[in-house]
Amino acid sequence: MRPPVSLEQAMMFAGILFLVGLVGVITRRNTIFVLLSLEIMLNAAGLAFVLAAARFRSAEGQVMFLFVLAVAAAEVSLGLALVLWLYHHKRTVDIDRARDMRG
Amino acid sequence: MAFAFYLSAAIAIGATVMVVTSANAIHGLLYLVVSFLAAATVLLLFGAPFAAALEVIIYAGAIMVLFVFVVMILGVGSRERRARPPGRAWIGPAFLAAVLAAELAYVQATGRATVAPGQVGPAAVGASLMGPYLAGVELVSVLLLVALIGAFHLGFRLGERQTPGKKGGGA
Amino acid sequence: MLDLLWIIPALPLAGFMALLLFGGRLGGRTPAAIGCLSVGLAMVASFACAFDFILASPSRPGIERVLFPWFYAAGLAPSFGFYLDGLSLLMIVVITFVGFLIHLYSVDFMAGEEGYSRFFAYMNLFVGSMLILVLADNFLLLYLGWEGVGLCSYLLIGFWYRDPANGRAAVKAFVVTRVGDASLLIGLFLIALSLGTLDIQEAAARSGLLWPRGSAAAVAAALLLLGGAVGKSAQLPLQTWLPDAMAGPTPVSALIHAATMVTAGVYLIGRTHALFTLAPAVLSAVAAVGAATLLLASASALVQRDLKRILAYSTMSQIGYMFCALGVGAWSAAFFHFAIHAFFKALLFLAAGVVIKSLSNEHDIFKMGGLRKSLPSAFWAFLAGACSLSALPFVTAGFYSKDMILSALSASGGVGRWFWAAGLIGAFLTSLYAFRALFIVFSGPGRPWRQRAGFFMGVPLLALGVLSVGAGWLLQAGAGGPLTAGIFGSLPDGSAAGGAEGRLSSLAPPFLSVAGILAAGLLYLVLPRARRALAGRPVLSAVNGFFFSGWGFDRLYDLAFVRPFLWLARVDRADILDVPYRILALFAEAASRMLVLTQSGKVRLYVTAVALGAAVFLGLVVLL
Repeated sequence: MRPPVSLEQAMMFAGILFLVGLVGVITRRNTIFVLLSLEIMLNAAGLAFVLAAARFRSAEGQVMFLFVLAVAAAEVSLGLALVLWLYHHKRTVDIDRARDMRG
Repeated sequence: MAFAFYLSAAIAIGATVMVVTSANAIHGLLYLVVSFLAAATVLLLFGAPFAAALEVIIYAGAIMVLFVFVVMILGVGSRERRARPPGRAWIGPAFLAAVLAAELAYVQATGRATVAPGQVGPAAVGASLMGPYLAGVELVSVLLLVALIGAFHLGFRLGERQTPGKKGGGA
Repeated sequence: MLDLLWIIPALPLAGFMALLLFGGRLGGRTPAAIGCLSVGLAMVASFACAFDFILASPSRPGIERVLFPWFYAAGLAPSFGFYLDGLSLLMIVVITFVGFLIHLYSVDFMAGEEGYSRFFAYMNLFVGSMLILVLADNFLLLYLGWEGVGLCSYLLIGFWYRDPANGRAAVKAFVVTRVGDASLLIGLFLIALSLGTLDIQEAAARSGLLWPRGSAAAVAAALLLLGGAVGKSAQLPLQTWLPDAMAGPTPVSALIHAATMVTAGVYLIGRTHALFTLAPAVLSAVAAVGAATLLLASASALVQRDLKRILAYSTMSQIGYMFCALGVGAWSAAFFHFAIHAFFKALLFLAAGVVIKSLSNEHDIFKMGGLRKSLPSAFWAFLAGACSLSALPFVTAGFYSKDMILSALSASGGVGRWFWAAGLIGAFLTSLYAFRALFIVFSGPGRPWRQRAGFFMGVPLLALGVLSVGAGWLLQAGAGGPLTAGIFGSLPDGSAAGGAEGRLSSLAPPFLSVAGILAAGLLYLVLPRARRALAGRPVLSAVNGFFFSGWGFDRLYDLAFVRPFLWLARVDRADILDVPYRILALFAEAASRMLVLTQSGKVRLYVTAVALGAAVFLGLVVLL
């Protein structure tokens, strides 16, 4: 199957997705949304791997994508457990309230 | 074919923006599912069917569902009123993102790469996984084990404390 | 034997190490045995070396034995090497012999004291350091021994450390000699820089070539060395520490502050005589210092109440005689007197120790009295020592040695006559104060008890007594022979015989010493009431007080140095000189406080920072 566009445009696509996720992480205060934005970023990174590997018709991009996916899954499970923990202890999911490590 | 890419990319980006700016957590989750499906389409267009399948099954299918469960447990979705931060808070991050995007574009603008035609099917990926990247597979399994233990440990204590009343008030 | 020269300092140092490591665990008299054995063996080795050296060829230049090189830097290559010539031979024989006798004495004297093994450890360390000092072939090793004896002096003066007064006396001794040590060190720097070597013989040779007579470098170096000598030998102006140093145990006073350490200054000047002869002005200064000190000290000794302080001022005064002799070029006379003085001064101190101990640590002579029959050994010993100190004609060794000095003084020209006059006055005062002490302590109504000295305390008294009286005949008999030629051959004037002099001037010293004895007898035995009446008169009692305080030097130094320094310390209590360092600390604290602000605990801030950093970094990569 002939790919539709040049590699550069594909990279830009992945990059824009990544940056949107980054903005979300920085700006949102609800921890759920922070985690969602992190997922967006991870997904974008994985996409970048696959799209780049497509240039050389290599399977390694998808291998990397699988690994990224596994990491994302692990991170999500722990992150959500932490969200539950945060809610349990501070009655809020506002990430700015979790400042016990200040100083 | 290019049109399919542009359409899918636009949907993906648009849905992602909606995720980041939505007020309701459930709405955000659903927008993100849409974004993932669009991304899977893009992957298919670039000849990576295995990756596309994984995206849908694991990302949209498992991870998002997990999110839904947690949001439901916490019940924060509907209670969020002014969940979106005020407009002023977006300026800085947006500027930062724009700078990074510009750098990316600069790098990409000077490149002239052509993508190879053809698909890379699951067989090839599998062969790669079981061959040179076997160690990676093992490590990933350890990672998942770690996540499992961690989640269990964090959740175990929560479970204990959430049910003191039930134990005491039985008799 | 000469090849094993290094064993002489090594034995006491080994004794020190052994006592340091195991002394606490050894009981009874064992520490003393180790201490005495090490010094005793060193003494035997010294005698063997002396035998070999004199026998080999008399009046030859010294032999050198290098153990190993020390370091090599900036053209200087000092080594751990020993140089044996007549002068250092005399020194090691006297040091080990007198040291051994005093160690023997201490076996009984310090018995039952807390810190018995610590005492012998320090004494051994002292003997080892002193031997290194006199055997050193280069200035650096000499300085090592110099510092070592200073340390031991401090440790031993403050031996009974539980009494803070002893600690203060030890600190005073250390600080005052430190001034001298600093002067010596600067002198060594000058020698190293200007002559390019630290080897003593080599420096002597080069100074003759490079430094013209009376040149600034020679004068400066000699003056600085004199400063060091003055500090260690308790001469003007650094003499204030010696009387207070009597706070230490009596064997310490006998060994360190009479026979050996305080003569280190005399040895230094004698060893570097080549440099001093290049600066005649400084040599005159040496004699002047000696003359002034001998008068000051004799006058002060005359009015003291503490028996050991009398002996301390006496030591100061006798070393003044040695300095005088050095200053007029009578090198052999000075060192002859050193040896004899070591014998009789140690004898006097040991006898005083017997008295003090038997009266349960009583130092005041006016509380003693009538001890002639009660402590016969102490009496005869003190008598022999006092006679030798007073240079009783013909029968004592002190007579011959002091006579040599005085005749050398009178034989020297011009200014020398003033020194000779001072020496004569000093001779009169010396016998006066010596017999004053003898009469007050030992005469008078007898006490009912009687005590004999034991073996360990008796043998040293006997040996030193015999030597104080007889050593003079020994040397007179051997004058010009291989013994004296071997010992004094390395010194410029080469012989132990005195110079020519007039009849009157040769009669004056014996006359004066006998006159002093008679005067003392008159004042203290025959007419005590008249004396007391005289002493009561206002002018005389003021003079008495002036002499008693050592001519007011303590007060002078207190006003001139101690008080301003303490005032300065008070003013600087907030330590303004510490400000640069505090600024550094304050700056670090301020920076830390600023950095802490970045640790706000807000995750979003951290993410922003990472993103910002990535943007900057990527920008750099892209643009550059």
